[in-house]
Amino acid sequence: MGTFRFSRKQLCIPYALFLVCFVVLPLAVIIYYAFTDGSGRFTLENLLSFFTNGNTIGTLCYSVVIAVAVTAVCLLIAYPVAYVLARSGLKRGPVILMMFILPMWINFTLRITALKEVLTLIEGNLSLHPFLNTIIAMTYDFLPFMILPLYTTLLQLDESLLEAAADLGAGPVAVFFRVTLPLSMPGIVSGVTMTFLPAMTNYVILDMIYNSTYIMGSLIGSYFNIYDWHNGSMISLILFAGICIVSIFTGKADQSDLDNRGAVL
Amino acid sequence: MMKKVLSYSWLVLVALFMYIPVLILAFYSFTDSTTIGAVRGFSLHNYVTLFTMEELRNMIGGTLLLAVGAAAIAAVLGTLGAIGAFYSRPVPRTLVETANRVPVVNADVVTAFSICILLIVVLGIEKNTFIPLVIGHVVLCTPFVYLAVMPKLKQMDNGLYEAALDLGATPFQALRKIVLPQIIPGVISGFMLSITLSLDDYFVSTYTKPATFDTISTYVYNATRGAQTEIKTALWALSTVIFLVVIIAVVLMNLAASKQPKTQEVSGHDGRERE
Repeated sequence: MGTFRFSRKQLCIPYALFLVCFVVLPLAVIIYYAFTDGSGRFTLENLLSFFTNGNTIGTLCYSVVIAVAVTAVCLLIAYPVAYVLARSGLKRGPVILMMFILPMWINFTLRITALKEVLTLIEGNLSLHPFLNTIIAMTYDFLPFMILPLYTTLLQLDESLLEAAADLGAGPVAVFFRVTLPLSMPGIVSGVTMTFLPAMTNYVILDMIYNSTYIMGSLIGSYFNIYDWHNGSMISLILFAGICIVSIFTGKADQSDLDNRGAVL
Repeated sequence: MMKKVLSYSWLVLVALFMYIPVLILAFYSFTDSTTIGAVRGFSLHNYVTLFTMEELRNMIGGTLLLAVGAAAIAAVLGTLGAIGAFYSRPVPRTLVETANRVPVVNADVVTAFSICILLIVVLGIEKNTFIPLVIGHVVLCTPFVYLAVMPKLKQMDNGLYEAALDLGATPFQALRKIVLPQIIPGVISGFMLSITLSLDDYFVSTYTKPATFDTISTYVYNATRGAQTEIKTALWALSTVIFLVVIIAVVLMNLAASKQPKTQEVSGHDGRERE
């Protein structure tokens, strides 16, 4: 046996082992559970029942509708905010940005509690407008995650391109739609991924607002509560597969993952 | 002029939307009313309850301890991982990078469920040992430490490490005295982010925690489903306290950042190059 030589590469070993044990292995286990039945035999029934069960398909559609609506509302609210903060030469732009990001660090259950109290005061019974209240609550929760990536992208926008477009005869509207908007696509993509997925899966917000859990995430929760690991795993796997497909399109890990979570130190 | 007024009023409107609920709750936390809208007298009893009721104190203390503990483990693990991966060949590095990305992009509920299945259902680890809970939170946090440290490694001047070795430092000494000081801002940033992620987590906690233990998120969630009003209004006080702590932290961070030479902007986009 040769003598042990320290090399910098070896520092990675603990984390690599950790990733294998607690990231890769759990995924392998849910794949196994998703395709087996109670006695450990291979089966496709969990997969089939997902697509044939009216309840799960209905939930899937409903959560997609919710997620699309929440993402669209967040984008429409956040884009002008990010644009003004980044482009209108505010003296204290970064400080005001902080104001819009700060709620991110208050525990979301407490913020939703606050919103719920206010909405109850305005509307009375919240379950009378379930869809509207879901959209309001999720928008309230996810807005900072949409503003931050948009701001980052818009801040880096090259002013000279906008001037060039204007010099070449584009009106303000044309400049916006043909230059600014396409150039801010990376921020839009980041923001959309930061909002869409939680909107599909964060059933806690719904449950807190009007005691209903009718989105994708809640299916996992309900199977968890009745100890049905196999169907729960199948749903998790389907969600994970969807996420993988999306993240292939949105590119690889980079700084933006970090910035979007508010790593502002 | 008109444009300016319009755009600033939009900012104000959105800010109001984001802050009014929290501020209203803060206002009512200083009264003895049990519902929003019914003003009664000024009272600090919510704060007294918050800081004296054992159940609440344990819950808050436990949440903070878990957050700091998980963040500390994540900071060490993620930093070592990033250094190791940075000096590894492309293939192992890409593998680590890919696995590291999984918890970042994955839905929290899926991460939580898969960890719960492995640790509790398959391996049969008791939830009461807190092992699944801590592992779950470390899984949640470490990828972000890794992502925070990696750009600092890329910016580092590699010649310094080689120079230290030439001058007789052992590789370990060189790492501790040369590499670590250069990446420490990334480590701290990752550590702080980890604390906020752990504090905000609901899903991993609820799937892996012991039945008798609650984090702020799981506690508040359960409290909204028919808790005593005493606890409900004490949570208004908790919300207000957290709001104030966050504001103070942000102000302090801004002050610290503005004192530093212009290398780090307030928003933290300190020219870290993108790949």
